[in-house]
Amino acid sequence: MTKRSLLTIFNSVIVFACLLGIWQAVVSLNRLPPYILPGPFAVLRAMHGRLPSLLNSLFITTEEAAGGLAASIVVGVAVAMVFAQWRWLRQVLYPYTILLQTVPIVAIAPLVINWAGAGILSVTIVTFIISLAPIIANTTQGLVSVDENLVHLFLMYKATPLQILYRLRLPNALPNLFTGIRISAGISVIGGITGELFAGSTRVGEGGLGYAIIYASNQMETGYLFALVFAATVLGFSFFFIVMFFEWLALHNWHESSRPQTAE
Amino acid sequence: MVTDNKGAIPEIELEGVTKRYRNAEVAVEGISLTVNRGEFVTFLGPSGCGKSTLLKLVSGLSPVSDGTVRVNGMTPENARELVSFIFQDATLLPWRTVERNVGLGMELEHAARLERKERVARMLDLVSLSHVAKRYPRQLSGGMKMRASIARALVSRPRILLMDEPFAALDEMTRDRLNEELLRLFSEQKWTVLFVTHSVAEAVFLSTRVVILAAHPGRVAHEIDVNLPWPRTAETRESKAFEEQVTQASRLLRGVYHV
Repeated sequence: MTKRSLLTIFNSVIVFACLLGIWQAVVSLNRLPPYILPGPFAVLRAMHGRLPSLLNSLFITTEEAAGGLAASIVVGVAVAMVFAQWRWLRQVLYPYTILLQTVPIVAIAPLVINWAGAGILSVTIVTFIISLAPIIANTTQGLVSVDENLVHLFLMYKATPLQILYRLRLPNALPNLFTGIRISAGISVIGGITGELFAGSTRVGEGGLGYAIIYASNQMETGYLFALVFAATVLGFSFFFIVMFFEWLALHNWHESSRPQTAE
Repeated sequence: MVTDNKGAIPEIELEGVTKRYRNAEVAVEGISLTVNRGEFVTFLGPSGCGKSTLLKLVSGLSPVSDGTVRVNGMTPENARELVSFIFQDATLLPWRTVERNVGLGMELEHAARLERKERVARMLDLVSLSHVAKRYPRQLSGGMKMRASIARALVSRPRILLMDEPFAALDEMTRDRLNEELLRLFSEQKWTVLFVTHSVAEAVFLSTRVVILAAHPGRVAHEIDVNLPWPRTAETRESKAFEEQVTQASRLLRGVYHV
């Protein structure tokens, strides 16, 4: 690690500490009651006191969001491959993927719960729906935008359509696929929490972050509410970084976005 | 016209070839041309004269509207195994290393792994790229990318090379070097070459015959037999004979541009 990046970390820590200090000062100087705005220490106490249920909620939401995201990757790539192969099909069905993106998830969630029952399955379906569109759109884009001469090259080698798909179109779409997954990773967590707001307890007597947020809000446990918001943010962040890591792993050798160009 | 050398075997025959696009635009019209085995024929002409179209027709990537194209007596589609196409861009797959790019064709044809490795290595050696075999295209200079592209074309042991302005994007020194290397390989491997360029000097230096095309519609305007001695090297470019041939070709080309 260089001296410079150490300095950056040091600065970030200082800024973070200052923000916490200002927060605590605002609470203490105005003598705000903790159900309006708890200070950072109150939040920390709430987090500590409810750690088992917090972690449990976090785990449930992670499960739902990850499951929905994984399903949307599998289905999204498959749909994109079909779209890339048949132009007419793409033209007919593409508007529906936009529909998928514009339909408000808060309107869909109660319907899904109505059909699939209140539980992990419903919430996973909601995250799947909300994550699907960016993956289809980006992957299709990557599969279709292949240099014409590269297609010609493959045709000169008498490559089969399947070879063109696997050796040319899919690798070409990899950067786009990761862009899609990165977008979907963030919103899958939002989808999960939104689903839980409606689904309530997804296991007997317990639920994910969304369920816990409703609970904390009803009980006026504002400190715990803050802790839950913090946990949800960390979850979204971790999803994003995990995807970034895999993206780096898959692309850093050859793709411009992952590393500055090294000229000969 | 066919220069009837003794024992000349026609390799590529175009007879009354016409290509119209869907918007009714005529790319080339009524082109008849015979290229014999071992010839290096270069197409020169203004944009819109159908130089690149001719290569697409000979490779079968684009069907003719009228007339016939025969490659080694076969239809272009059936003759693809004999033909390698080299594009203006190096068209390397960015996610493959140089050696895996060069081996692409053999991989698609399910050639044995060992034979593939061996032939790729030999070909990389031939174009002096062995030291960058494991690198990715983005780490190479323009000239090296083009060398890799040539190696990829040659690894399948083609009889016929179709080259569509392969060196157009390179600086002049690199282009001259690659021209010399190409001729060295040409004299060893004896392909039949169709080459498209905008550079008169490049055309004269490389070719046994230069075909000048006129545009709208694309048609053959002039054919020049290049009578420079072989082997051609960097010194050839400084010779009087070379200068004269370039002057002659330039004059004819100018006439076509003014039409």
